[in-house]
Amino acid sequence: MNDTAPSGPLLKMTGMTKQYPGCLANDHVSLTVERNQIHALLGENGAGKSTLVKIIYGVVRPDEGEIIWDGQTVNIQNPGHAQRLGIGMVFQHFSLFEALTVQENIALGLGLAKERLGLRERIVRISNEYGLPLDPDRVVHDLSVGERQRIEIVRCLLQNPKLLIMDEPTSVLTPSEVRKLFVTLRRLAAEGCSILYISHKLEEVRALCSAATIMRLGKNVARVIPAEKTVKELAEIMINMDLHAPTPRPLAPVSAPSRLVLDKLTIRSPHHFGTDLKDISLSLKGGEILGIAGIAGNGQSELMDALSGEILAGKPENVVIDGVPAGHKGPHDRRRIHGCFVPEERNGHGAVTTMTLAENAFLSGFTRRALVRFGVIDTKKTSAFAETIIKAFDVRTTGPKAQARSLSGGNLQKFLVGREVLQEPAVLVINQPTWGVDAGAALAIHEAIMALAAGGAAVMIISQDLDEIFVLADRISVIAGGRVSEPVLTRDATVESIGRLMGGGSAPAASGEMAVA
Amino acid sequence: MLKIEARGYESRFWRYASPVLALLLTGATSGLIFMAMGRPAGVTVYTFLIAPLLQQDGFEALAVKAAPLIMMGVGLSLAYRANVWNIGTDGQFTLGAICGGGIALAFPDAPAYLLFPAMVIAGTLGGMASGGLVAWLRIRFNANEILTSLMFAYITQYLLVYLVTGPWRDPQGFGFPQTALFSDTALAPRLIEDTNVHIGILLAPMIAIGLWFMLEKSLLGFQFRVLGQAPRAAKFAGFRENRLVWIAMLISGGLAGLAGLLEVSGTLGQLTTTLSPGYGFTAIIVAFLGRLNPLGVIPAGLLLALTYLGGDAAQINLGLPNAVTGIFQGILLFYLLGCDILLLNRFRWVPLKVV
Amino acid sequence: MTALLVAFLVSTIAASTPLLLAATGELIVEKVGVLNLGVEGMMLAGAIAGFATANQTGITSLGVLAAMVAGIALSMLFAVVSLTLQANQTATGLALTIFGRGFSALVGAGYVGIPAPTLPKIHLPVLSDIPVLGPVIFGHDILVYLALAILAAVAWCIRSTHLGLILRAVGDSHDAAHALGYAVIPIRYAAVAFGGALAGLAGAYMSLAYTPLWAQDMTAGRGWVAVALVTFSAWRPFWLLIGAWFFGALMYLSLYVQALGVAVPSALLSAVPYIGTVVVLVLISRDARRIRLHRPAMLGRPFQARV
Repeated sequence: MNDTAPSGPLLKMTGMTKQYPGCLANDHVSLTVERNQIHALLGENGAGKSTLVKIIYGVVRPDEGEIIWDGQTVNIQNPGHAQRLGIGMVFQHFSLFEALTVQENIALGLGLAKERLGLRERIVRISNEYGLPLDPDRVVHDLSVGERQRIEIVRCLLQNPKLLIMDEPTSVLTPSEVRKLFVTLRRLAAEGCSILYISHKLEEVRALCSAATIMRLGKNVARVIPAEKTVKELAEIMINMDLHAPTPRPLAPVSAPSRLVLDKLTIRSPHHFGTDLKDISLSLKGGEILGIAGIAGNGQSELMDALSGEILAGKPENVVIDGVPAGHKGPHDRRRIHGCFVPEERNGHGAVTTMTLAENAFLSGFTRRALVRFGVIDTKKTSAFAETIIKAFDVRTTGPKAQARSLSGGNLQKFLVGREVLQEPAVLVINQPTWGVDAGAALAIHEAIMALAAGGAAVMIISQDLDEIFVLADRISVIAGGRVSEPVLTRDATVESIGRLMGGGSAPAASGEMAVA
Repeated sequence: MLKIEARGYESRFWRYASPVLALLLTGATSGLIFMAMGRPAGVTVYTFLIAPLLQQDGFEALAVKAAPLIMMGVGLSLAYRANVWNIGTDGQFTLGAICGGGIALAFPDAPAYLLFPAMVIAGTLGGMASGGLVAWLRIRFNANEILTSLMFAYITQYLLVYLVTGPWRDPQGFGFPQTALFSDTALAPRLIEDTNVHIGILLAPMIAIGLWFMLEKSLLGFQFRVLGQAPRAAKFAGFRENRLVWIAMLISGGLAGLAGLLEVSGTLGQLTTTLSPGYGFTAIIVAFLGRLNPLGVIPAGLLLALTYLGGDAAQINLGLPNAVTGIFQGILLFYLLGCDILLLNRFRWVPLKVV
Repeated sequence: MTALLVAFLVSTIAASTPLLLAATGELIVEKVGVLNLGVEGMMLAGAIAGFATANQTGITSLGVLAAMVAGIALSMLFAVVSLTLQANQTATGLALTIFGRGFSALVGAGYVGIPAPTLPKIHLPVLSDIPVLGPVIFGHDILVYLALAILAAVAWCIRSTHLGLILRAVGDSHDAAHALGYAVIPIRYAAVAFGGALAGLAGAYMSLAYTPLWAQDMTAGRGWVAVALVTFSAWRPFWLLIGAWFFGALMYLSLYVQALGVAVPSALLSAVPYIGTVVVLVLISRDARRIRLHRPAMLGRPFQARV
């Protein structure tokens, strides 16, 4: 042990290269994180950020490149090795065990028996010290997304890391939870733990980070000080394309007829850890876009399934599509009465990844596009329909015979949105329209949604991305704990007022304050 | 070291080459096993795979063995494509034979144009009832069909033993556990005079072609394929899982029942305590070797029928126990399943890095 | 009456032992998220390997050892195909059963109708002579006690040790376990090997203690009943024991009633344990939510790390 203060950067990576089949994820990427620094790694979906941090954490092995950690050249073998070096990581997905308790989850992150001594007390102590309240005996599946994230942070902090990697930590939090998280992170940085903060949310990065490395298509494109740039400048470096906002539309006339009506919709979730829907009443006019904001796990997927007909309602009148009571109709019959749906999960729900695009076009399009004759699939017409979607939505693929899994997330999402939009629905419900999609595809999808509404359809978008909701929606409701709040006009709403509702604030009180806000 | 690396797409070449590779590897492995047992590999493989065909009426015997395997394999390929794991086709086969055979024993004097069709219907319905019960238990009570269908196979086997040793035993049979011989009118019509080549040999490929069309070209078949590959997507599309499970179990059960009926009325001519020489498990291999494609099941059924004949030949000519067939089949299924990794992956040689 | 009760209890415990051994192994396999349907095949391989070795060497303990080795060897075939080569676990398990049946029949062809040394019953001087309790509790062979000891150890391991926690974690989310640095595939290999060893042991019990003879397909579906037992127990060791005793009793009773010469034909009585399995499965599975609550979330799903 030497007492001299360590010098030089904490982490210096140069020439990092990782090739996946058909995709160069990292192409000679460099990254330098200083001590006590909150460093942003910026880039849109598919820019290669995740691959780079997985290399740092030892989950992925690079093909080329050099990593200098704390002045030493290292070859990080696996996550255990990374932890011993003092690197901790808070994942965006896939790192908690639903069926296990908080304490068990944390114990699994600590490899050595001596690290687990007195674990319970240490969890309580750390979580109090950093304002991350946790009950060690709760089972994870009962916890909110914010609480789950706290488990991961506490798990890392117990190992006294020198570098904490956070992958898109705020995408699942309410605005007030985000503020609390930032306080914790600033305090950690001040105490000597550097933070590598991965995000595509530019406002946050400007508020929190003292340096930023920007990636695009697997390469470094810039290293900047975020506070010195505007959001627009950062976005242009990150995306390298002119991002014009979609053109605003006139509001639907008050006299327009309701095309989608939910009346006291109450659903018991079929999933063991799901959220029950409670007494939801809503009404959408033709030409209107309603945004349903909310944090993941508050009943979004149940609402989606109840609308698409995958879960049937108690009474036919609970769901009325274009004037027809549809609560007892399955997805197939709801399509007949002009309802179309895009679920959140592309792989295996909205699309069969192992089937061709033509077959996927057929999957939900065969009724409205009349693709079956005497029980036999009309392959010609099916292929032509897929071709139409590909052309109209600029889907980058080899053609209708390509397997769905060969498409990037953005292209597949364009195909799936296109499949429903081209069926000329009266009602379209989309869950997470642009989740995990690159900026270009997101823009195309947003424009298609607005064009559909302009044509007279009623559109409901369920999204956890508040920015997206504010861009698209005419009115906004919030889903929390399976209840949906009274919609407010978007021009009367603010991020704060909606955020309060997302955190479970009571609807009437919040709507009272909203006028003030 | 050898590394498995995702291709990112499905290889068309390996789609067809993988079962061929599996067959070659099975041949090589079996050869090694024979050598380990002190037999010359070449002679054994020859006795197993080629000699049976060179015998007089070798091809006829092959066709007779293959017909039930193809019928059962076709039904299974349909069910497995829909993720319905019927592994008790032996039981459905046996129940079909019992029901059809029961009709033959009850009405020995009925005219052929009535008796045989009635037996076909009874046999098919028997298989469907057995399969349908499994479907009902899965849908109504969520009971795993793998276990229930297999348990029914054991139960049906005991039922058969009870019948042929009890109420249905041939009074003139010197106490042997078997029924009386069926009357001539109860025998399956022959395609070639004075042989065992019965109508089932014509029926099996026709059923395969029909179900291939259903599976690949029709809306119903599409529903099966989606259910098997992505059950949530099937729900999203509005395909009703329960209905598809019913249909899959009724078809696979019904075909097994029909195969069982044809086996007793076409080749055996009576009921005995063992009707199926392990057809149930062999049909599973037939289905996989045929890539769960009804057309592929036809050559696969022929090949596995050959292993039965080969097993008999090896027992007679080389004194090898009949069980060799089972080992051969097990190895084949292992290789078939294992080789499929080449569809989506490739192997790459990576030199070990010295750290 | 007492004699009848003693015979019933002793026979039930004996009949339940192979089920308990095989099911305990399968429990661990399923806990880590792997469904190995090849238990029947591994039991048969264990039965013949144990019998042949004991017959050749005259040493039963060597037979028991050989049975475990055979079970492990077969389970590794399953592991390579389903874990490394990521084939469908259901189908691979079936392949293992088919292979095990063929393998045991081939090796066993020369051993039909030949005796082999039997596992001795333990006789403790005073304890074994206590009326009723003596024979029921202290009069069995070593494998009976071993089966109970292994079950207790497995129960303790799953509940109270860090190793057990890791096993449960791998079965709950292999992606999370991988992300935390646990070697998912090697852990699953180990669990599958453990399952193989216990299935082999169960086979040895069949051919060296329960019916000390070799006969083709002598396990008669017990491997499948063991798989059903794991579902029945909802992956909880205590209920595994209850289930094994229940089926043991059922098997004994169907034999006993036959021996009494009751008017019911023996073939139908032999079917009773299988009918019982279906009935129990149906009763247990009805509550889908309960099954889902206890079921390892990754059961049957292949794992491929992206590296």
